[in-house]
Amino acid sequence: MTLELKSIGKSVGAEVHIHPTDLTLEAGSFNILLGTTLAGKTTLMQLMAGIERPTSGEVWFGGQNVTGVAVQKRNVSMVYQQFINYPNYSVFENIASPLRVARLPAAEIKKRVGDMAELLKLSAMLDRRPSELSGGQQQRTALARALVKDSDLVLLDEPLANLDFKLREELRDELPRLFSDRNCIVVYATTEPTEALLFGGNTATLMEGRVTQFGPTGDLYRQPNDLVSARVFSDPPMNVAPVRKTGSEIVFGGDVRWPAGERFQSLADGEYLFGVRPHHVTPMRKSDAAVPVEGRVLVTELSGSESVVHFEINDIPWVSQSHGIHAFDVGASATLYLDITEAFYFDGEGRRITTAAPQGH
Amino acid sequence: MNKTVNQKAWLFVVPVVLLVAFNAIIPLMTVVNYSVQETFGDNTFFWAGVLWFEQVLNSERFHDSLMRQIIFTATILAIEVPLGVAIALTMPRKGVWVPVCLVLMALPLLIPWNVVGAMWNIFALPEIGLLGRMLNGIGFDYNFTRQPEDAWFTLILMDVWHWTSLVVLLSYAGLVSIPDAYYQAAKIDGAGGWAIFRHIQLPKMKRVLTIAILLRFMDSFMIYTEAVVLTGGGPGNSTTLLSIDLVKIALGQFDLGPAAAMSLIYFLIILLVSWVFYTLMMRNEQQ
Repeated sequence: MTLELKSIGKSVGAEVHIHPTDLTLEAGSFNILLGTTLAGKTTLMQLMAGIERPTSGEVWFGGQNVTGVAVQKRNVSMVYQQFINYPNYSVFENIASPLRVARLPAAEIKKRVGDMAELLKLSAMLDRRPSELSGGQQQRTALARALVKDSDLVLLDEPLANLDFKLREELRDELPRLFSDRNCIVVYATTEPTEALLFGGNTATLMEGRVTQFGPTGDLYRQPNDLVSARVFSDPPMNVAPVRKTGSEIVFGGDVRWPAGERFQSLADGEYLFGVRPHHVTPMRKSDAAVPVEGRVLVTELSGSESVVHFEINDIPWVSQSHGIHAFDVGASATLYLDITEAFYFDGEGRRITTAAPQGH
Repeated sequence: MNKTVNQKAWLFVVPVVLLVAFNAIIPLMTVVNYSVQETFGDNTFFWAGVLWFEQVLNSERFHDSLMRQIIFTATILAIEVPLGVAIALTMPRKGVWVPVCLVLMALPLLIPWNVVGAMWNIFALPEIGLLGRMLNGIGFDYNFTRQPEDAWFTLILMDVWHWTSLVVLLSYAGLVSIPDAYYQAAKIDGAGGWAIFRHIQLPKMKRVLTIAILLRFMDSFMIYTEAVVLTGGGPGNSTTLLSIDLVKIALGQFDLGPAAAMSLIYFLIILLVSWVFYTLMMRNEQQ
């Protein structure tokens, strides 16, 4: 079954929560909604599920218009950031609750709950109440309840955000396995670009109620359409600075210049925005093409395996992220190398420039 | 490491010990003192042992006022708790009406107790009171100063008016603490209004409701001011609740011994019921 959002929008009063959005999600796909808090991820999910009614547009599911069809008639399940379970039910009854609503025979319920508990490592705690479980187990119970009824659409709204680091990693590793042999549409909302990359699948970047780009996660990361999508999909934030193209050269800050290269040779002269991810700004020269820049060090964060250095060039803050420990004195001037082959160029409206020199493919 | 023996820590406890001694232990011991002795008011005391306790426990008068007290408390709990929860459920959880509703609800709680009694007394007077005139006007033979049933009706109505708000506010606090996601999850499951109440709202309100019931039990069991201003225990003894009876014995008849014994029994009843109730609720919570 395919879920199609046809120019769906949501406004409350004069406030636009979701701008008209078109999105097609295929059965068996894992889709990530990536965006900061208040970007509209939850609202978009609620529109998909039918918890909220869109103020414009239509929702189609499996070739049928389901706009306005109540959520309980749609075979949807959802897991939230908070651990939502029935407080006075045991784990067994919690997992069984959607099956009871569907009036399945007791033996069937017992079997399916048993299988699901097995899958989510809850077999030993079926008799306990949610309040007697750890956060991770509570969220597993909520996941089991969402999965047990074989929904066509499973919505996961930052399900790992309230878990502590270890449990989060553990459950994150398990999630793809849980959905591997299912033919449902999974939608997973997160604020973390890393999470999107780990899950793969498709990603939609969201910003202020707008889906800025949608496609396979890897493509989105490597080829953002515009500055907004690139920024949403970059952590630490992408470094962005104004540059000027003159002739065959790109000039940054007056004295740093590098050749525009084959791809951007034919680009019209003028002002552009230049974006480079923090791990392409390094304290060590990685290739001959790398361009050295001088900056003043503001803050260094060393984690042991990684160094994150915040610095500024011409009053613009920059971030560098690199392997190993690279210590800098705060306030001192430092040389960092920009890997300009990995850089993006954006025009005045923030669109990424790709067509300057059409490639062979 | 060697343990250092240092008794100075006790000094830090002294202020609170003094405070509790002056406002609780010493007054209580004075009562205990009166309850086991006979005095004629000239500061001479004779040992009476458990005489007063026996007398109080065997007196029909005490049985009657205790029974009235139990009926009163049970009735107002049976009305105020469900009514309070029902009102809390209908109150808006978001928007501009929230503060308005909260202030309206809190209003009865802000009125001094004797004013509540005086207000209802005048309000219910059959000749001039709005409620009294109205009830008589629509054909009821209503007179709370003469008919015991009417006195009870007015007393309970007054208490419900005065104290349901407390249950409402506590329940409301419990309700607003439930994240929206619970309601959405229930909606996805296709749960109806009753199922949402039974399986989400009620379990989530359990803790605050326990407190509400406990507070209402204790307060209503000790009700004095409003009741004495409204009915003065009458007509006859029909609304003489425990505390009114106690005051009559202690200050009306000046029977200090029996009054002291009765105070202690009264106190122990409240303590015992509250303790049992609390323990049961908390044990239930843990299971």
